[in-house]
Amino acid sequence: MVNWANFVSQLFNGLVLGALLALMASGLTIIYGTLGVLNLAHGAMFMLGGYAGWLAFTYTNSFVVAVIAGSLFVMLVGVVMERVIIRYFYARPHEDQLLVTFGLGIVFVETVRFFFGSLSRTVPAPPGLVGITPLGFMLYPTYRLALLGIVLVALLALYLVLYRTRIGMVVRAGIEDSAMVDALGIDVHKVFMLVFGIGALAAGFAGIVNAPVVSIAPDVGEAILVQTFTVIVIGGVGSFPGAVLGGLIAGEIISLTSMFNPGYSQVMLFVAMTLVLVLRPYGLLGTAGRE
Amino acid sequence: MLKRRRYLIEVLTAIGLIAAPFVLPQLGFTPTTINRILVWGLFGLGFDILFGFTGLLSFGQSAFFGTGGMVAAYLLTRLDFPSVVLALVIGTLAATVVGFIVGLIALKRTGIYFAMITVAIAEVFYFVEFNPLSEYTGGENGLPGVPAPSVHLGFTTIQFNTDWSMYIFLAFWYFVGVVVALRIVRSPVGAILRAIRDNPLRAAAVGHNVHGYKLMAFVVAVAYAGFAGGLLGLMQGFMPPDAFTFDTSGQLVMQTAIGGAGTLFGPLIGAAVWLYLSDFFQTTLHLGATWKLVLGVVFVLLVCFLRRGLIGGLLDFGALFTRRRRRTPPERAPIPVDVASLASLGPPRRRDEAPFSGPVIEVRGLTKSFGGLVANKDINFSVQQGELRAIIGPNGAGKSTFFKMLTCEMSPTSGHIFFHGRDITGKSVASVCVLGLTKSYQVNQLFNQLTVRDNVIIAALADRRGTFAPDLFRRLQSVPGLDAQVDATLAMVGLSDRADLSVAELAYGEKRRLEIGLALATSPSLLLLDEPLAGMSPRERGETVQLLKNIRRGRTLVVVEHDMDAVLELAERITVLHEGAVLAEGAPSEIQRNNLVQEAYLGGVAAA
Repeated sequence: MVNWANFVSQLFNGLVLGALLALMASGLTIIYGTLGVLNLAHGAMFMLGGYAGWLAFTYTNSFVVAVIAGSLFVMLVGVVMERVIIRYFYARPHEDQLLVTFGLGIVFVETVRFFFGSLSRTVPAPPGLVGITPLGFMLYPTYRLALLGIVLVALLALYLVLYRTRIGMVVRAGIEDSAMVDALGIDVHKVFMLVFGIGALAAGFAGIVNAPVVSIAPDVGEAILVQTFTVIVIGGVGSFPGAVLGGLIAGEIISLTSMFNPGYSQVMLFVAMTLVLVLRPYGLLGTAGRE
Repeated sequence: MLKRRRYLIEVLTAIGLIAAPFVLPQLGFTPTTINRILVWGLFGLGFDILFGFTGLLSFGQSAFFGTGGMVAAYLLTRLDFPSVVLALVIGTLAATVVGFIVGLIALKRTGIYFAMITVAIAEVFYFVEFNPLSEYTGGENGLPGVPAPSVHLGFTTIQFNTDWSMYIFLAFWYFVGVVVALRIVRSPVGAILRAIRDNPLRAAAVGHNVHGYKLMAFVVAVAYAGFAGGLLGLMQGFMPPDAFTFDTSGQLVMQTAIGGAGTLFGPLIGAAVWLYLSDFFQTTLHLGATWKLVLGVVFVLLVCFLRRGLIGGLLDFGALFTRRRRRTPPERAPIPVDVASLASLGPPRRRDEAPFSGPVIEVRGLTKSFGGLVANKDINFSVQQGELRAIIGPNGAGKSTFFKMLTCEMSPTSGHIFFHGRDITGKSVASVCVLGLTKSYQVNQLFNQLTVRDNVIIAALADRRGTFAPDLFRRLQSVPGLDAQVDATLAMVGLSDRADLSVAELAYGEKRRLEIGLALATSPSLLLLDEPLAGMSPRERGETVQLLKNIRRGRTLVVVEHDMDAVLELAERITVLHEGAVLAEGAPSEIQRNNLVQEAYLGGVAAA
């Protein structure tokens, strides 16, 4: 009954979705790990990236420009949001941070709806990446294949920034103990702004590169945000490797379950999350002590 | 004051509900809108107990709102269930059972994890409702044809089939919901929930099963959600599938925050604002979906500037005036307390257990290692009934680790702890506290948003009720012996005249005494004091030493302290820890003469 070509193509779909979720989760988790704020507007930022890119595309007809514009615009939104609002919330309870980022997410979504309506928009794949590529054992949409590469490169770039640069070292130290980093005379505020910007950039980038696969609409970020949460619970908060591992697991679960019945994909994801919570409450690669 | 006005809020609620149909239409509210406000307000009553009182922000309440509604609607439409109220109750029970299981999973973690898990769980319910269960729930069509409720009175039948008769039906249930919620909030459980929001660590340390109470708050919220969901179906004559959406949970959270969390009526006010804005923008201004943008902006501004919502803002505003009138005399400086003259608390309450003549606490081979670092190695230690023991040692000697293991805050790598001859190794902090062993902390762990008296009440409650009791409907004042115990404790630590102040208004020395008071109020037979004199002025030190002398009558005390004069004055025996092991033990004079001790403290300088 199981069709092998179908199975392998779903496996690939899972890989693509997983990489995308890993990118989203990394953005969310480095912000949380460093700043202690869970950004509920992260899904809306994914959506903003798609719309900013789409707008740039309609003017320039260039996919590359669209990707750059989408990512940078969302990064700018993140930086402004951190400077104007979020920084006043570091000292406030978690609940307030959740409420304000949730509210900002709604403002983003409704602003986009106000200007562009609720209809969905599409950004076509760049000319060289349209169509289908024969992989020998199966046919696979070229852009999806490229997307996998693009997102993996983005994850690698994020890894290099986090693990191979001075700023990355400060960010990782901040995830361990931000008070100590502060005490060492490093300007944490500038780092915070930058981290929020990088996290937002990741979401915006994910939003625009995914636009040729799934058309964009104002509420497109909601579903992906929920899946990102599951990824983080599975992988462990504040862990970049955890986000990547969790993303890939979640992507495969969703894709492979969809092969049998799409209605159960969310249920299976939830079952996996529950198993992790019961067996390893801090996530697969998380450490105790982070709440 | 409170006694005289005991039913004030209930009476005001009843008056408000009776007046609403006459007043609100004048302001532009349609009857349908008013009914919807009531359903959301009832949904929010339970949510506020979870979020406002306990501090657990769930973004997944839609799951239970939907479940309660769907079950009730299914019974009424597909099974032609005869009794509407019974269908509501069964729907609520179904939601509660489901919620209990979900709570078990979601409450494995707190804070942002809890929020993320509830979101994920609610999403599952949404998908299950739409796909696998669509045969029962109608999928995206929902369940139409829910009959209007009616009540048979024998001689006549009342039908609630118009907007205003439906209002009567809903208002009745809202009123019942308020009465129940007020009982819960005023019960011992309500007090403990507030303490958990404030300081979960200390709530557990004074003997409360924090996880159990959180689960209880969750189940209460779920029951309200399920019932409100049932009412939604009745009100509309149709159970909509979008009750399950994330938007439903989001709307509930936003309405509660707009109205004011922790006020019970916040969700109702928030719902009124929300639904009014929605009506006004869509039908009066014809601006379609713009209202949600306006609402989002309003919401963000409220969270930024009016963190306690509209009701909280009004209360704060009102307090500005009353405080100005009430508190014209300037704040007085803390008056030094003549601790020697204070009442003594009397011996701790006798726990009904077989008399035990051995040591109060005995520790065998206790070891704790963190990775390669051994903080405590092979400690043997015992304290006799009525003794006052001091533990001293240089910084890093492992004193705090040792204390944490004694109170079961931390479990040892190996070794055993016996309290009154009973092995308590691996028990929870809360259950050990109820057995009669607790600690006062080196860094104050108080319930900062509560009054001094409420702080002590929280600490005394577990001693009176055990680690967990589901007495949701009992009045706090009716817990036997509680008042006497609280008064005696306050007198003992010299805070009787500060009882109604909030903790934030206390001077540092007073906070330190309250810290000890919290431990005392749990009626411990063995009290551990972690640096009780830390950070005190010389005069405060004198007072506190005297306080400790008062406390020790009838109790066994173990004190970690750096102040040698105090240690030598108080202790009968001293245990010296050094590099995680017991270096010496004996009477103060022996310890003073001990060469090893001098060496440890003075860094190898041989004493003459």
